[in-house]
Amino acid sequence: MAECGASGSGSSGDSLDKSITLPPDEIFRNLENAKRFAIDIGGSLTKLAYYSTVQHKVAKVRSFDHSGKDTEQDHEPPYEISVQEEVTARLHFVKFENTYIEACLDFIKDHLVNTETKVIQATGGGAYKFKDLIEEKLQLKVDKEDVMTCLIKGCNFVLKNIPHEAFVYQKDSDPEFRFQTNHPNIFPYLLVNIGSGVSIVKKFDELLHLASRGQHTNVDMLVQDIYGGAHETLGLSGNLIASSFGKSATADQEFSKEDMAKSLLHMISNDIGQLACLYARLHCLDRVYFGGFFIRGHPVTMRTITYSINFFSKGEVQALFLRHEGYLGAIGAFLKGAEQDNPNQYSWGENYAGSSGLMSSSPELCPTQRARSGTFDLLEMDRLERPLVNLPLLLDPSSYVPDTVDLTDDALARKYWLTCFEEALDGVVKRAVASQPGSVDAAERAEKFRQKYWNKLQTLRHQPFAYGTLTVRSLLDTREHCLNEFNFPDPYSKVKQKDNGVALKCFQRVVSALDALDWEERQLALVKGLLAGNVFDWGAKAVSDVLESDPQFGFEEAKKKLQERPWLVDSYGKWLQRLKGPPHKCALIFADNSGVDVILGVFPFVRELLSRGTEVILACNSGPALNDVTYSESLIVAERIAAMDPVIHSALREERLLLVQTGSSSPCLDLSRLDKGLAVLVREHGADLVVIEGMGRAVHTNYHAALCCESLKLAVIKNSWLAERLGGQLFSVIFKYEVPAE
Amino acid sequence: MGAGWLAAPMERHGRAAATSASSAREPVPGGPDGRRREPLRRRANSASAPAVGASASASPSASPSAEGVRRDRPGSYSGATSASRQRVESLKKKRPLFPWFGLDIGGTLVKLVYFEPKDITAEEEEEEVESLKSIRKYLTSNVAYGSTGIRDVHLELKDLTLCGRKGNLHFIRFPTHDMPAFIQMGRDKNFSSLHTVFCATGGGAYKFEQDFLTIGDLQLCKLDELDCLIKGILYIDSVGFNGRSQCYYFENPADCEKCQKLPFDLKNPYPLLLVNIGSGVSILAVYSKDNYKRVTGTSLGGGTFFGLCCLLTGCTTFEEALEMASRGDSTKVDKLVRDIYGGDYERFGLPGWAVASSFGNMMSKEKREAVSKEDLARATLITITNNIGSIARMCALNENINQVVFVGNFLRINTIAMRLLAYALDYWSKGQLKALFSEHEGWCDRMCRRDLNFPATFLLFFRPSLEPIPPHSLLSTSSPTGPSPSVTCPCSSSIALYVSSSLHSGIMLKCSRSPLLLITSFPRRWPRYCLLTR
Repeated sequence: MAECGASGSGSSGDSLDKSITLPPDEIFRNLENAKRFAIDIGGSLTKLAYYSTVQHKVAKVRSFDHSGKDTEQDHEPPYEISVQEEVTARLHFVKFENTYIEACLDFIKDHLVNTETKVIQATGGGAYKFKDLIEEKLQLKVDKEDVMTCLIKGCNFVLKNIPHEAFVYQKDSDPEFRFQTNHPNIFPYLLVNIGSGVSIVKKFDELLHLASRGQHTNVDMLVQDIYGGAHETLGLSGNLIASSFGKSATADQEFSKEDMAKSLLHMISNDIGQLACLYARLHCLDRVYFGGFFIRGHPVTMRTITYSINFFSKGEVQALFLRHEGYLGAIGAFLKGAEQDNPNQYSWGENYAGSSGLMSSSPELCPTQRARSGTFDLLEMDRLERPLVNLPLLLDPSSYVPDTVDLTDDALARKYWLTCFEEALDGVVKRAVASQPGSVDAAERAEKFRQKYWNKLQTLRHQPFAYGTLTVRSLLDTREHCLNEFNFPDPYSKVKQKDNGVALKCFQRVVSALDALDWEERQLALVKGLLAGNVFDWGAKAVSDVLESDPQFGFEEAKKKLQERPWLVDSYGKWLQRLKGPPHKCALIFADNSGVDVILGVFPFVRELLSRGTEVILACNSGPALNDVTYSESLIVAERIAAMDPVIHSALREERLLLVQTGSSSPCLDLSRLDKGLAVLVREHGADLVVIEGMGRAVHTNYHAALCCESLKLAVIKNSWLAERLGGQLFSVIFKYEVPAE
Repeated sequence: MGAGWLAAPMERHGRAAATSASSAREPVPGGPDGRRREPLRRRANSASAPAVGASASASPSASPSAEGVRRDRPGSYSGATSASRQRVESLKKKRPLFPWFGLDIGGTLVKLVYFEPKDITAEEEEEEVESLKSIRKYLTSNVAYGSTGIRDVHLELKDLTLCGRKGNLHFIRFPTHDMPAFIQMGRDKNFSSLHTVFCATGGGAYKFEQDFLTIGDLQLCKLDELDCLIKGILYIDSVGFNGRSQCYYFENPADCEKCQKLPFDLKNPYPLLLVNIGSGVSILAVYSKDNYKRVTGTSLGGGTFFGLCCLLTGCTTFEEALEMASRGDSTKVDKLVRDIYGGDYERFGLPGWAVASSFGNMMSKEKREAVSKEDLARATLITITNNIGSIARMCALNENINQVVFVGNFLRINTIAMRLLAYALDYWSKGQLKALFSEHEGWCDRMCRRDLNFPATFLLFFRPSLEPIPPHSLLSTSSPTGPSPSVTCPCSSSIALYVSSSLHSGIMLKCSRSPLLLITSFPRRWPRYCLLTR
């Protein structure tokens, strides 16, 4: 991580180390607003948790009062944008070695402004040892919390709020971590915490390093040592350990430290795995989460534990590890202390900009990262405005995977996309600066953004699993988080404003043209309109190049660029046939871009559905992402269209057209984390058609999503690499109409 | 006794037999392609394996190979020479010829049982070939063979009737690493001329099979060790131990004063969880004589205890390791619940005395400097035993079995482990589970237990260094470095033997007044000795 570079102080022994090698304000961020503290002190690592608020800028849109004004004036924008300060809640978690504890407490004391805080929740073995120190330094009363209760609470919290929290370890695959999509029902599970009371991180890691070079067969008595070569006829593998350390029972032989360490590692891991399997079987559980100091992201221990679990359970029990296992106790203690705020009623999201991510501590894998164990690790979680839930229309929520390509898995695709995001970075920086012409420090902040995002991309090149499964979506989301971090809440606000203004002016013309067509022609024109609007996407480099150089690039131009039918994926015939049948009850439409896309593509399509007697729920992002239309923008746009169009007008009034927010600020779409209000509406209105448009929502994500109702996925492939991969060319069209099997 | 050495007669008499003390049949992951033996296959085999020695030749169709007797499976002959084939033939015609042996070659120890006929007629005496006679005489008149072979005199089963013959059953053991010498001896003594079949079980029956054949011209009848173990347990229980109950349990195992060994009548043996602790551990669920499965196993067994003790304390014998353990204090080494919580961890019902982290105190330099080798040995013993107890308890719960019998060489002279197992099982199951032990397990100390784990086996072991020494002469020798002998044997009728080899030297004491066998082992740092007694 950028802020946590290789800076381990080389000689931190047992003594308290006063010198924090990193700027502490980059570690204990937002302390000035911190108000609720919890601390988990293990034998070697301290985890501090606090709740704070973050003030950052948001772009707000507000409709002009149009009465008495000439709305046909060309230069007038359709609405005004104002930048406001907004306060959001954030949880901060910081992990550091116990040697830094005194220095850290001093720093916290010096920067703690809020004096209302009287208590600090403490858990872990060290809570006793350091009680006096904490009380003296922070002037807070230490409230001790039960270790296991905290672990369980913390585990529930991360499983519920962090997608891709859990992963299985697969040896011989690259990378070895395979993340799991969160099961909608996280219970029941078995949690195995392999703590230690190990007090010196380095020593322990050295031991593991030693073990990784050892050969346990020199120390262990194997089946083949007892049976000779005959084990094969017995159906036994000769490599199985018959007796751990069985060969060391001799006086006339010296054993290497490496071999003994390896044997010990196998012995302990096998034993833990076996006991875990026995407990899992007794309680009929098939998921076992492992955490604790022994694991700590060490591939060596994860490998042996996984092997043992597979062996003893014959594959019936799954060994799972957690990205944030080190934080469970601190999270749990924090939640215990914050019970009156009821943090569990909210949804939380990992902030990629402020979190260090999972590091492989395998010395062989990444020698440069070893120093990190001596430094600081951060996790930040933002409180989301509204709780997020599954879309009720998912066919099987437990097997739903939003992302189409797993970049952790697909090295070729990973390389391409990382490079693609690197190359697009200049443009994003430029746009960010341009979006805040009045700001004196915009250029400076934009440069910081560039550094941060660039570093994230480099980290992901080496540790693609750092934030769970690497996907185009996570790369996009990370970019948004980094932009927000440096107060670029909505670099595209001005562009969107202009695009919306231009498109609104064309609306009536487009609608009249459509109305002039006969029914069948109109249906095709509507679909082409949806697709053509979709070409207007600043997220795609190929398009942003054209848009930057040729602002007059028009709607008709876009239509001409579209691939001729038959499209790359073309089930239009089936769709047309369906339209000849009875109308849908209610359609849920996920809109994509501002401007031409939503106004000239989506709204005419919505209008047609409404005319057929279908209710429409139009879902737009809660927060900004690229030039995607946000919920608040959609409200203004709808209002403006309603003023021009009686169909939309009456539908809004009669609530046959509903505008909702998705709860997301991503250019992609995760149907398992959607605003609860949206889910409620979908259920109430009995939505039986889902329309997803745009490359981010319908190709990078959800391309394979199975729904329990009809669905339409439309996109124009605006990336030649992806087009080629899918067997087409630039501007190939995806028109995927799916009807669930009976 | 005897599947090990008398498969056919056992079949005829309808008696199960033989045992296994073998140590190691515990597939535990360790290699990348670890597979586990199918319990079903095991069940299917168990019924037939002990009798295969006879049926293999009786029904050659069962075997595809031309000679009709070669089957590379437990309980089958292989590599038959024509001479040995004759012997096989003779097995089914009449009672096998003497000598009657059973051999269990484990990972660490070889256990040999020898049946000494006491009803030899003058005619038989006449016919008895010289080599056989000398073997019999040698075995029955000595208690130690070479530097490492030992006959457990106190375990001897007297006046047993086997296959119509009356005699005594002897139990002899020696380390597995001396196996090559044993085979060489068999060759030197022209053992193959004795028209006998060596019935063998344990992993070594496979490992050394070829050596027996090529070096000693001896053919092994291999028998599955787990089959042997089950048969052995049930057999020994049925004959009792010299008139006493075979199975027992501990009352008040945690209390040194009140701890009592009480007989347990295993009249309803099934279902039964059998925990065989050799070098490693196998856990079997036994539902009936012929129906059992291997539930699981662990590689943390007696071999682990001994191996770790060697590394941690520099001891050289199992006895020495145990002796050290008996004097150590594991709470100096282990981190207890109370070390962390200051007392009980009430919320989850964990008592303060429970071990929270085995060897957990050894992370601290000061504490490392404060512990003795004895403490380390004790902690190793407690760690291994607790772990076995925990796995056994979980298996008992999963299999819904409440009788758990612990057997195996790890428990020989190991009261600490037995009492701990008894206590742990009782405590954690809240009295639902009972740990049972077998008389034929260990030996020594005042309880004078017996070792069932000696399968039907026999050992011949010659070493020139074996010589008798006068009683007491050695005991009165003062030791310049170590403590003076903690026990002297005042009994004038003791027999002491001085045993020495390049590696070990030691004393064996047989006291006629009590069935007390004292062993002192002197690793090269002579003279440092201690007596194993109470």
